[in-house]
Amino acid sequence: MSSQLKKFFTSLELDTRMLGMIGALIVLWLSFNFVTDGRFLTPRNLFNLSVQTASVAVMATGMVFVIVTRHIDLSVGSLLGLLGMLMGTLQVHILPQYLGFEHPLIWIITIAVGIAAGAIIGAMQGWVIGYLAVPAFIVTLGGFLVYRGAAWWVTTGQTVAPLDATYRLLGGGAEGTLGANLSWGLGLVASVAAVLLMIKSRQQKKAHGFNLKPVWAEYTLGGIAIALILGFVATMNSYPLSKGAVKRIFEGRGQEIPDYAVMHGVAIPVLIVLIVAIVMTVIAMRTKFGRYVFATGGNPEAAELSGINTKMLTVKVFSLMGVLTAIAAVIASARLGSVGNDLGTLDELRVIAAAVIGGTALAGGFGTIYGALLGALIMQSLQSGMAMVGVDAPLQSIVVGFVLVIAVYLDIAYRRRTGQ
Amino acid sequence: MENTTQPLVEMKDIQVSFGGIKAVDHVSIDVKPGEVVGLLGHNGAGKSTLIKVLSGAYKKDGGEIYINGEKVNIQNPRDARAHNIETIYQTLALADNLDAASNLFLGRELTSRTGFVDDDAMEAETRKIMGTLNPNFEKFSAPVSALSGGQRQSVAIARAVYFDAKVLIMDEPTAALGPHETQMVSDLIKELKKKGLGIFLISHDIHDVMELCDRATVMKNGKLVGTVDVADVTDDDLLGMIILGKHPHENNN
Ligand SMILES: Nc1ncnc2c1ncn2[C@@H]1O[C@H](COP(=O)(O)OP(=O)(O)O)[C@@H](O)[C@H]1O
Ligand SMILES: [Mg+2]
Repeated sequence: MSSQLKKFFTSLELDTRMLGMIGALIVLWLSFNFVTDGRFLTPRNLFNLSVQTASVAVMATGMVFVIVTRHIDLSVGSLLGLLGMLMGTLQVHILPQYLGFEHPLIWIITIAVGIAAGAIIGAMQGWVIGYLAVPAFIVTLGGFLVYRGAAWWVTTGQTVAPLDATYRLLGGGAEGTLGANLSWGLGLVASVAAVLLMIKSRQQKKAHGFNLKPVWAEYTLGGIAIALILGFVATMNSYPLSKGAVKRIFEGRGQEIPDYAVMHGVAIPVLIVLIVAIVMTVIAMRTKFGRYVFATGGNPEAAELSGINTKMLTVKVFSLMGVLTAIAAVIASARLGSVGNDLGTLDELRVIAAAVIGGTALAGGFGTIYGALLGALIMQSLQSGMAMVGVDAPLQSIVVGFVLVIAVYLDIAYRRRTGQ
Repeated sequence: MENTTQPLVEMKDIQVSFGGIKAVDHVSIDVKPGEVVGLLGHNGAGKSTLIKVLSGAYKKDGGEIYINGEKVNIQNPRDARAHNIETIYQTLALADNLDAASNLFLGRELTSRTGFVDDDAMEAETRKIMGTLNPNFEKFSAPVSALSGGQRQSVAIARAVYFDAKVLIMDEPTAALGPHETQMVSDLIKELKKKGLGIFLISHDIHDVMELCDRATVMKNGKLVGTVDVADVTDDDLLGMIILGKHPHENNN
């Protein structure tokens, strides 16, 4: 029986680490659901979970590259605070003077400036690490202090509010979702894309004369993928907007207030995570830059001897981390609708934990984008679940700390066994 | 007569020091087209350091490099590759987490029209060259950490010969190989020599050197002991140069 089960999973050719993570997530969800009398696995909570995970998930994809190249970035939480403060000030205090309040260009200019600032600050850190050979741990520990302090100076500690209305949509509040119909559309597109990818990969393997999975395994995997995608959409589409929000939204559009329940649908930050994840996966797997990131992590000397400019590569990796931190700052600040001094506090630890729990090796050379996303989801599930159960904040920290160490130990043991 | 041909590569009076250690102390060496020059000496003699100057891995503290009689400035491995100098490093210099094709094309990836790396094309090319170099090689999709020492070495060799090298540097290329594979490397060297490549061969195996090399340069403690025509010397002469640092014809001259 158990050998048959083993054969079943071998045929599916899923990597065992990913199965382990998914298993951990399922156990976590079911346990919390049990303890909270079914309040955890509700559309409402899962919607909130998806929105809460988004900002850390975006940064975790960049942290994969940082850690794969044998570095670390302790500054992302503070940088998120600084970039959030810059973008907040820009859209609340500066741009309206020239464009007027709620001008449609405000959110675009704000985000462009935030991303540029993130890229430049990240590149500067990368330059010190790559060219001046100061360890990343020290440089970003410095950044951790500098950016948090600098964020305070931007407004001398005052909270910036209210943020631009269009900008706020990116945070995934009641208005910041795709709505039911667009969500179904997204689900269909994603399902078709998943199936096409699987077909293409099978054709390629065939052309190379590799061993093919049995056809039933392909169908099973395809079925699971579609079920997950559409199941997610269906869940998001069964979380109704509050009556107040429906009234506000439809009145704002000058439409009649509907008498049926209006559903949230997929949150815009989740869509952003999806796009970031796809782009980062393509960069990792299909570009020279991505190839060099992994080569440098695997053997920096070999990369250098192959003509790769590993110093410049470090600059680019940290610059990319800065860009992703800016995107995360948009999501985090838009979600709150204001920017306070503590925005992003402790996020560096959540982001690093997400990447590491997701299978990124601190020794460098190994890591996946989807793993980091799963890691972020596990971390956030743990925190949200404990908060829902009513675990005190200090005990939450203790649990998260233990989970992190245990996860890394399991990862090391796994690698030792599989000989990676 | 052969002495009149222009050297393909000439390294003159090269010096490299690490801290206080003079790893390479005023050493000169050259190779002509179609020639195999052996580079001999004990561990720590400075052989790898000398050739790493040519391959762009180390910067020299003094001396000059000429290619086809023209002085060149090799600052990094890219410069060396641009001069068609390819190197099989003693450490192999493979990224263990990547597969054979990714290693073979590292730094020179094939891309499709869209600009993305073309893994299919690279793997096809890798299969082709491995088919001639090491027909037993099969693990094309595994990371090279999963390969045996000999297989890893053949990946490093394939990388050096794939890109139309004019000068080939082989730093102990058979160290991890069995007798059969060593023979294949010997055959490869002879074939490349026929094609007119200039080859620097670092080896501890005196028999290999006597069989494959035209000339041999010996180093000891970073210094040049001398360069001899292999046809003019015996195994014992070479051993004397390596161990005692004594030039065999010193007394005769
Ligand atoms: N990167 C380096 N840093 C410091 N010392 C080095 C380095 N590379 C080589 N050396 C030293 O230079 C000397 C020559 O080493 P090497 O060229 O590797 O010798 P060989 O290849 O002949 O065995 C040795 O004393 C070695 O310790
Ligand atoms: Mg050596």
